Amino acid sequence: MVENAVFRVEGLRKSFGRIEVLGGVSLDLHAGEVTVLMGANGAGKSTLVKIISGVYARDGGAMKLGGEDFAPATPAEAIRSGVVTVHQNINDGVVADLDVATNLTLDRLSGSGAPTFFNPRRVRREARIVADRMGLAIDLRSRINDLSLADRQMVAIARAMAHEPKVLILDEPTSSLSSAEATRLFAVIDRLRAHGVAILYISHRMSDIRRLADRIVSMRDGKISGVFEDKPLDYEGAVNAMLGRRIHLDRIVVNEAAKTVLAVDGLRIAEGARPISLTLGAGEVVAVTGLVGVGKTALAETLFGARAPLSGTMVLNGTRYAPATPGEAIAAGVFLVAKDRGDNGIVQDFNIYENISLPFLKRLSGLGVLRRNVERATARRQIGDLGIVCRTERDEMGTLSGGNQQKVMVARWMSQPASLFILDEPFQGVDISARRDIAAKLRASSNGRATLIFVTELDEALETADRILVMSEHTIVGEHRNADIDMDRLLAEVAGQPLRGAA
Amino acid sequence: MTLRDLAIRYGFLVLLFGLIAYFAISADGFASPQSAVFIFQSVAITGILALGVTATLVVGGFDLSIGSVATSAMMAAAYVMVVLEQNAVVAVAACLLIGVVVGLINGFLIVYMRVPDLLATLGMMFLLVGLQRIPTEGRSIATGMTMPDGSVAAGKFSANFLALGRHRFDFFIDNLLPVSVVVLLVLAVLIWFFLEYTRFGRMMYAVGSNPRAAELAGAPVKAYKIWAYVISGVFASIGGILLAARLGRGDIASGNNLLLDSVAAALIGFAVLGAAKPNAFGTAIGALFVGVLLQGLTMMNAPYYTQDFIKGAVLVIALVFTFALSNRGRV
Repeated sequence: MVENAVFRVEGLRKSFGRIEVLGGVSLDLHAGEVTVLMGANGAGKSTLVKIISGVYARDGGAMKLGGEDFAPATPAEAIRSGVVTVHQNINDGVVADLDVATNLTLDRLSGSGAPTFFNPRRVRREARIVADRMGLAIDLRSRINDLSLADRQMVAIARAMAHEPKVLILDEPTSSLSSAEATRLFAVIDRLRAHGVAILYISHRMSDIRRLADRIVSMRDGKISGVFEDKPLDYEGAVNAMLGRRIHLDRIVVNEAAKTVLAVDGLRIAEGARPISLTLGAGEVVAVTGLVGVGKTALAETLFGARAPLSGTMVLNGTRYAPATPGEAIAAGVFLVAKDRGDNGIVQDFNIYENISLPFLKRLSGLGVLRRNVERATARRQIGDLGIVCRTERDEMGTLSGGNQQKVMVARWMSQPASLFILDEPFQGVDISARRDIAAKLRASSNGRATLIFVTELDEALETADRILVMSEHTIVGEHRNADIDMDRLLAEVAGQPLRGAA
Repeated sequence: MTLRDLAIRYGFLVLLFGLIAYFAISADGFASPQSAVFIFQSVAITGILALGVTATLVVGGFDLSIGSVATSAMMAAAYVMVVLEQNAVVAVAACLLIGVVVGLINGFLIVYMRVPDLLATLGMMFLLVGLQRIPTEGRSIATGMTMPDGSVAAGKFSANFLALGRHRFDFFIDNLLPVSVVVLLVLAVLIWFFLEYTRFGRMMYAVGSNPRAAELAGAPVKAYKIWAYVISGVFASIGGILLAARLGRGDIASGNNLLLDSVAAALIGFAVLGAAKPNAFGTAIGALFVGVLLQGLTMMNAPYYTQDFIKGAVLVIALVFTFALSNRGRV
């Protein structure tokens, strides 16, 4: 196998500042094979792709293309050598205001030897050749703006293929496609594979992976944690290599739920997904785990009123609960610590106490006038409770570390009593000690409310929850009590059921 | 606190007091109550507009239509009294209504039609500049004017309305404070209190800084944005009322500088106390700064045609203070 590798990466290293992102990654890609690369957020996948495609320079290691040394200084150089990348954001691959023909031949418009004058007929003639080779059935005169996402993706790939690459890297190409659209993409990938292109396919979607993979490479913490190439492929093993337990942490003492807080019945959060039913009890901490893109955030936002379900009913503390806005959810005692705190949580212009009081200003004011002394006292109490490292409650958010910023977000929503407390990826971008602090605080304060956390990393679920629910394809596929867990079954559920029908 | 912090925080206030001290020494009569009142009066209308536009800046928007809202209100006041022969109360009510309606339309365009704020309010500016000329077919409105159909308008500016522009309250000295200055001070205190001390103001800042976070904290983000444009529209129409009362006629050609001057005052306000964000106190100081500078230079016989250049230079310096020196601007 090793002899016919078209593209080899050996001992690749990359650090940003003092943080090592890639710690010696080795990878082979073979002609006419789809190699799937799996890895959780922060595993180093995108850094690896950016080094291969010439965006970043490597710190150490070697790359070989067809036996020759490969060290692209710019993305254009990588493309000229025959290593082409289609990035995750489709709109990076196409120019929305131009037509399809111009997009397909865009790379011929610049560089030395490019004609000075733009000849639409010649462009369409050349574009026709590119499109035919790919079997692209799109009107070459239509504007990219008017195309569906899938068609744009096809154009981006066709544009990449115009370079006749030896190696094609697809970074989560189906993340914004419907399953019918994805099926079309797979047909194109099959065709490319048959033409002998070596393909590196990065994805979290198990259904894609089952459909396409010839080999699976799992990445974790900047290293290759598993290579799976014996047929039939060991999908659970690949998931385990990417997410499984690193070390056995302290077992938690599992709480049993008291009375029911939230009962969800027949909730559908995506077209074609099976309905979700679940109950959450007072005093228990429930973790929902699953790969990226299986609908965890969609479920969290649905419970919080930030997104409307397709169907289904919810009952909170015995009364019907159907929040139309987050405001209504908050009034009903349902709080959400949203993921990606920088985008969805922190108000950068506000200091700590202003950030903490934000959702509860109505309760912290009289006749509309803010009572700052109450705000600040509340913030001081929360800072003490969660051990937020800062000088005073008036510090700017920008002066805090990532872990402390996250603690402020948790403190915000713990400053008032909740019926249902939801946290979406609360440990993202948080150092280990802050993570321990937050998890301990969640468990210690869990009495009287239901706590629901959404996490991709299994360790985080095992470390914090009394019960673990597994999500796959926008529904809940498994439930485990966090004591003597059957890890094989859990991993199989995370990896999804075997493919039913086409994609 | 380093020297740089001090410079960012107090630089503009020090500059303002320095200017006042300099003019007080070198220009005869600058340091008198009458001169101070004159400065306030010269900036009253732009200051009121600037306070309104501050509200839209706070929610992360911008309102370019304020100047034309003010002139439309002025024309409407004149039309209501001179042509429709109504009294002062009706005229004021009509102006305020215009402000509310324009604000609602601006907010609707920006929030629901998703037109970018600058473009929506630019469009509204053009629309209003044209609209205010239609009822009189492009004529200015004054008592005894000839109407398009040849008749003579019978109404006139009511004395009560003119008093808004000409009456002066006694304040230690008889006949010292003009109504416009009192209105400016009252509105400045109101909007300052609203933005800094009420939960609505706090939420408006949150909406401007991170609308997604504000929404997930339960705020009706769209409503806050629309309200900001209504505030801006109403403040601009109040400015228009005072302008009409001061001029005593509906002058097509007046109010050209209103937009630029008031936007400049609001942006200069970013630099006051190192706020690096829109704030009512800063806006008021910004307006005052421009007024002091122009009055002082005028008393020292600087030619009138240098005024715009000086305003522009002050604005550029203030923006450098805000964005280059403070860390906030770098986020």
